Amino acid sequence: MALQSLDIIRRSATSTHPPDQRKTQEVVKLIDVSKCIGCKACQVACMEWNDTRDVIGTNHGVLDNPADLTEDSWTVMRYSEVETDRGLEWLIRKDGCMHCGDPGCLKACPAPGAIVQYSNGIVDFHEENCIGCDYCLTGCPFNIPRLSKKDSKVYKCTLCSDRVAVGLEPACVKTCPTGAIVFGTKEDMLRHAEERIADLKSRGYDKAGIYNPQRVGGTHVMYVLQHADKPEMYHGLPKDPSISAMVSLWKDGAKPLASMALGLGILGAALHYVTKGPNEVSEENEKEFKDEK
Amino acid sequence: MKNDPKKLMRYTPSERANHWLTAILFFLAALSGLSFFQPLYYPLTLLFAGGVWTRILHPFFGVLMTVSFGIEFFNYRQLNVMTPTDWEWLSRVRQLVGGDDQNMPEAGKFNGGQKLLFWLMAVFMALLILSGIVIWRAYFSFLFPVGLIRFASVIHAASAAVMIGLIIFHIYAAIWMKESIGAMLYGWVRRAWAKQHHPAWYREMTGGGK
Repeated sequence: MALQSLDIIRRSATSTHPPDQRKTQEVVKLIDVSKCIGCKACQVACMEWNDTRDVIGTNHGVLDNPADLTEDSWTVMRYSEVETDRGLEWLIRKDGCMHCGDPGCLKACPAPGAIVQYSNGIVDFHEENCIGCDYCLTGCPFNIPRLSKKDSKVYKCTLCSDRVAVGLEPACVKTCPTGAIVFGTKEDMLRHAEERIADLKSRGYDKAGIYNPQRVGGTHVMYVLQHADKPEMYHGLPKDPSISAMVSLWKDGAKPLASMALGLGILGAALHYVTKGPNEVSEENEKEFKDEK
Repeated sequence: MKNDPKKLMRYTPSERANHWLTAILFFLAALSGLSFFQPLYYPLTLLFAGGVWTRILHPFFGVLMTVSFGIEFFNYRQLNVMTPTDWEWLSRVRQLVGGDDQNMPEAGKFNGGQKLLFWLMAVFMALLILSGIVIWRAYFSFLFPVGLIRFASVIHAASAAVMIGLIIFHIYAAIWMKESIGAMLYGWVRRAWAKQHHPAWYREMTGGGK
């Protein structure tokens, strides 16, 4: 048995306790946007380690390449040119799964065990259980999972769960030449982020801060942003993401309510039948038509 | 089969065939859909050769059911226009459910309850197919923004739950009112039955005599 299967704290479409006897430390990948030079080495390392090869696309006149996340490109660099009080700034954000503390994808998934969350915080897709409904994309507040056209399964960043499980850092972290991507325990990464933010503030970025949105239970991929008050500037990073109220209504409200109501309906019908009896033709009518069979 | 020349034709063979086709498609759609709705029902996917096949087949069951139900809808829509008598019938339905049908207003081919059920099923069938198209990933979802897909998911689940509730009611009513399942299976009903449950229809069919 792979030891990782003992670390599962959440399992999609499962109401009983998943196996989580083993406890592992919560990990975080911290991406310091201010240190990123946009070299895309992380994209290459991701494809290299995971052995995915995207189709060669076309030039869209911008550096973003590929233009969007795909089933083969689990991370992409997003380039934004923005005007701030410091003049023109080039903000480069490595996009990919945020590994939410409370994952919307997992909440929406109807297939038992297709999405799991390990006790180290990594949210992982187990494609052999995936049925290809793409509900996870409906649940995701960050628009991350991608449905493969080849096999109708969904794919996204695994935070290199296979590497992390054996004590290695994710491939993108390993390759990053500027140290913009670092990896470690959540505690260490939060402390490191504080140091980075203090440094940025000392250099005039008053609004520098960490991106660790609380309404999705915090994330296990965090950013250090120069302008943490305006995350939208970073290619539409949502300011205060949360699992859509629609998804909660659908998954938390409708499920138990409907089952209960339908169960009560059947029970009520059975009770009615045994207490009131069937509705038959009256004796009077039977007599009138006694020639009938 | 008509074993008595005086029996009345309630449902023609094509109406019956269409009704049971709709019923089968309803069960296929409902059982496959329930498995995605609630993990408790996920084992139902085994009826359809597993989760992936269930995901592939469910929308097609829904489309076929819409077509089959749609034919029923057009056949019966005029017979189901609500009249003041039907509303009166509905206002006294408590007595009937309580076991006393002496004071019920005279029902035609369909009573007020059947008519109301007909229109409710039509509304929820329409909601199901419209929301279902929006969340049909294989062919349509890419046309719609994620906000609409989320909304459609809620509508689809809620409408399906209501629809299943309506059908439970429909099936129970048929079990409770003796001989009505036979009417839909074989087409013919006894005059005593017709006079008892659908007096206005009985008069229309027989001219009031025996």
